[in-house]
Amino acid sequence: MATLDVSAVSKSFGTNKILHGVDLTVADGEMIVIVGASGCGKSTLLRIVAGLETATTGTIRIAGRDVTGLEPADRDIAMVFQNYALYPHMTVAQNMAYGLKIRGLPKPEIATRVAEAATLLGIQALLDRRPRQLSGGQRQRVAMGRAIVREPKLFLFDEPLSNLDAKLRVQMRAEIRRLQRRLGVTSLFVTHDQTEAMTLGDRLVVMHAGHAAQVATPMEVWARPADTYVAGFIGSPAMNFLEGSLTEGGRAVALKAGPLLRFADGPRPGAEGLPLIIGIRPEHVEATEAGLALPLDLVEPLGSETVLHGRLPDGEALTVKLAGPAPVGGAIQVSLPAAALHVFDAASGKRLDPVA
Amino acid sequence: MDDDALAAATRRRQARERIMSHGWLILGVLIFAFPVWITLVGSTHDASTIGRGDVPLLPGPHAIENYTAAWTSGGEGRYRASPASLMLWNSALMALCIAAGKITISLLSAYAVVFFQFRGRMLAFWTIFLTLMLPVEVRIIPTYQVIVSLDLFNSMAGLTIPLIASATATLLFRQFFLTIPDEYVEAAKMDGAGPVRFFRDILLPLSVTNIAALFVILFIYGWNQYLWPLLVVNDRGLETIVVGLAKMIGNGDAQNEWNVIMAMAVLALLPPVAVVVLMQRWFIKGLTETEK
Repeated sequence: MATLDVSAVSKSFGTNKILHGVDLTVADGEMIVIVGASGCGKSTLLRIVAGLETATTGTIRIAGRDVTGLEPADRDIAMVFQNYALYPHMTVAQNMAYGLKIRGLPKPEIATRVAEAATLLGIQALLDRRPRQLSGGQRQRVAMGRAIVREPKLFLFDEPLSNLDAKLRVQMRAEIRRLQRRLGVTSLFVTHDQTEAMTLGDRLVVMHAGHAAQVATPMEVWARPADTYVAGFIGSPAMNFLEGSLTEGGRAVALKAGPLLRFADGPRPGAEGLPLIIGIRPEHVEATEAGLALPLDLVEPLGSETVLHGRLPDGEALTVKLAGPAPVGGAIQVSLPAAALHVFDAASGKRLDPVA
Repeated sequence: MDDDALAAATRRRQARERIMSHGWLILGVLIFAFPVWITLVGSTHDASTIGRGDVPLLPGPHAIENYTAAWTSGGEGRYRASPASLMLWNSALMALCIAAGKITISLLSAYAVVFFQFRGRMLAFWTIFLTLMLPVEVRIIPTYQVIVSLDLFNSMAGLTIPLIASATATLLFRQFFLTIPDEYVEAAKMDGAGPVRFFRDILLPLSVTNIAALFVILFIYGWNQYLWPLLVVNDRGLETIVVGLAKMIGNGDAQNEWNVIMAMAVLALLPPVAVVVLMQRWFIKGLTETEK
């Protein structure tokens, strides 16, 4: 049971800066998901916490203890790897016991711990098998078991689900979450999959180009994305972005596509004519009788809902998600509800909140 | 042409291809096997049969006495040869030492080159690599000088140590180690395994098939050494069978005891054959698959 403090951690490979000073505080028992596109530095951050990479600057504290200069084995952590990294020549039981054996635990205790973890994960029957005789999901469980037996202060997951097929992934996702809650071990989970991130995390860290773009609960990240990157990354299909400019003393936006939209939640700061980016999620766009004309160029029926792709009169793309079957005809009329708008400064990409 | 005729033509063509490929294979087998057959047959006749210049193609009645002579005394000829029992022992010991020594040294050097970052790592690797271009024959005179200065002349150490230094095996192990996923290394670090434990508990078990395959190759390499043992050993007690065999063949002053020579040759063949046969399964595994 432990907290994790990452403060001002940066990492450079030569002149190439991967992490630009990341700060993160994880509470005891919390599950934090680090999410981002490939190359955003999320794995590097995890590996720095693990001790597999050294930070160029900054410190890592686990349970208040400064572990920045310690070896991975001395940090009291356990890691689940993307390819599981089970030793192929050892049985499942040996794989799980190896770390404990090196620590010099007495044999009976190792056996008890392995048996307990195996029961917890439902892999008692597999203990004498070799990794190659296991399916992907079973290997995944063994990898978890290897982490659990160590009774660490911190679990680290490095995209552990990305090698599983879609169905198994959903199942293992739920299992990991349940297990983590039950054991109450502070966890860091790295993934590029936003669904995994949303469903697993108590809080998310959305990484972008070596920065933590936003650290917040999944719902807050979805409802109040901190910048256009986060807004476009979380949510599927991705959020629509429309160009516009601030007008009416900050109370409305004049869209390039034509209509003038008044903000529902109050005026935004900024000069008249300030270029804005207006975000609206496809599921929030409404089909109406009389609104903006949207000629469609692609219709994707998904059964319970339909995703429509079209272009507004000024050429901007707009995606709409409607409940029910696809509408008939090549065009629809849409309206953009004021309450669902996200307002971003076009220059910085940052969210513009109403002045209090 | 109708379909029946086409099918018949196809059958004929396939039959022709079968005969052709089998023909070539049989020819190949004959070319490879014939000298061995001649040796086998020759070792079962008496000296005078071969001495007349005949090349018998069928086994004769003198197998037991020829092999006994080769095993116990090495024959009665002009050149007093050593008994095969002694020379086989020397050869086996030398080949084993060379194979084991080479594998040990290359495992360790490949381990260092692949898994550790240190100054001069690539320099070390390329230096080892360069020695590939310098086989024993090229560096034989300086090596001889070194061995004599170290007082290793006429010793098993002098016989094997210069042959142990080898880049080939280092290179092969390096290539194998490079295919081992970094995640194993990282998992081992997480488990708290230091370099020695990682080598012993993880790397070595993973390399078993490669080690077996290399052992076969290196044992035969060591067994077949001729020039170096010829130079560095003149003590009869350390003579290897390849050298001894060559010495048995005279330069024409006297009659060669071809029957005993051939029996000796057959005996010299057996250990490498045994190693290959016994380790064949591992050998093929080691060359074709890795345990991952």
